[in-house]
Amino acid sequence: MLTHHTLRRIEAVPGAVIWLLAGALILQVCWHGLQADPAARAGDLPAAPSTDVLRIASFGDPVALSRVLMLWLQVFDNQPGISIPFLELDYYRVIDWLNQILALDPHSQYPLLAASRLYGAVPSQRKQAQMFDFVYEKFLEDPNLRWRWLAHAAIMAKHRLEDLPRALKYAEAITDKATGKQVPGWARQMQIFVLEEAGELDAARILIGGLLASGQITDPHELRFLREELERMENNDLPDNTEGEI
Amino acid sequence: MPRLMRSLSTIARFTAVEALHTRFGWLLGAVILIGFSFVQFVAQLAITETREIQAALLASSLRLTSVFLVALFVINGITREFNDKVVDLMFSMPIPRAGYYVGKLAGFFLLCLLCIVPVGMLMSLFASPDAALQWTVSLYLELLIVCAASLLFAFAFGQVTPAFSALVGFYLISRSIAAIQLMAHGPLADHGSISQVLMTHVIDGIAYLLPDLDLFTRTDWVVYPSAHWADLLPIAGQTLIYVLLLTGVALFDLYRRDL
Repeated sequence: MLTHHTLRRIEAVPGAVIWLLAGALILQVCWHGLQADPAARAGDLPAAPSTDVLRIASFGDPVALSRVLMLWLQVFDNQPGISIPFLELDYYRVIDWLNQILALDPHSQYPLLAASRLYGAVPSQRKQAQMFDFVYEKFLEDPNLRWRWLAHAAIMAKHRLEDLPRALKYAEAITDKATGKQVPGWARQMQIFVLEEAGELDAARILIGGLLASGQITDPHELRFLREELERMENNDLPDNTEGEI
Repeated sequence: MPRLMRSLSTIARFTAVEALHTRFGWLLGAVILIGFSFVQFVAQLAITETREIQAALLASSLRLTSVFLVALFVINGITREFNDKVVDLMFSMPIPRAGYYVGKLAGFFLLCLLCIVPVGMLMSLFASPDAALQWTVSLYLELLIVCAASLLFAFAFGQVTPAFSALVGFYLISRSIAAIQLMAHGPLADHGSISQVLMTHVIDGIAYLLPDLDLFTRTDWVVYPSAHWADLLPIAGQTLIYVLLLTGVALFDLYRRDL
């Protein structure tokens, strides 16, 4: 052993002690060998505790606990020895956990990234919609910080869910609520393209006109792009007439 | 032989009495009071399953605090005896080294018994009598292994910090070795790489030498009515074998030491 003492020869150890050591070692190895192999069991995601309980459990450091819980939740699909698809998780509980994690650290983007990109990417339209609605709900609490996750949800709703009313609701919320300078033009203009896709050309035109008139857009390239888009819509509206003329 | 037995019982008795002189009892009392107050406070926050939450938090915290209190007491006591040359004095008397070791171990086992009585009584306030008793018996068996391991590390290292660090490492790995094994054999591991295969074998080898502490003193016994008395049999068997093994290693080290 690691001591500063000098050691005596092994002959100094009584035979009974050596027999005890060897016998106990063999017994321990046999005992372990006789036990059943550890079996992997998929555990259900437990219900999230209340924010108050979590705040106490954080010992005054909610940000650190929020990060730890987020990592734990994220790897819950990989429990020891077993892999569970995200799809099989109880999404009501996942949302509860994401809610509590966000409550512990409202500045963290991680829970919304996980909601929109991890849990929102499962092959179940119902569960995807559930997650996107959660992102929408959380977006409303701090639009300028959380707009990008709702923008992602809007795109996914339009292309993956093919749910234009839902995509429009999200895009509209970004246009109306995310008015901070850090929000890029493309996010604010997303509503235009969703409206166009939905065949709501008049509404799209009004929105572009409103954006141009509001003075919110100052970048000359963006202004030109929007004007061109407006012109394109006007022209696209004409084909029926022009065809008739030709 | 009767003289040896008298010496052993004297060493054991004085080891247990030492706990009273070092205010171990007061410390344990404070831990129990804090644990009780904490779960009463938590009960105010819980919306549902209040008793279950109290039982789970109390069981988990009492298990950890009991283990570390006992381990610190054992390591500190033995280290002090080494520093005060009490061990040298004992070995100069006509008592075999094994006698001294077994006497100390018996004294610490007695201390564990004194320790779990109030802990078990507190637990019985939040769990059914059967469940609380099973949990307490299992905690006692767990403490016996912790005691024997602490004694081994204290003799081996002779200082509090390395001995306690080794004990904490031993305890935490013993409690998580089954999960580590499952991860090593799980679907995420790259079973084609030599390093992974080697690591898996090393982990399996370590598992053979460690006690299955994850099966001991399980919190679900006091939360859900799922425990059976028969569950304690393998735990008792593992305790007996592992205490014998730790005793063998400690005696081997003690006899080779040139004091």
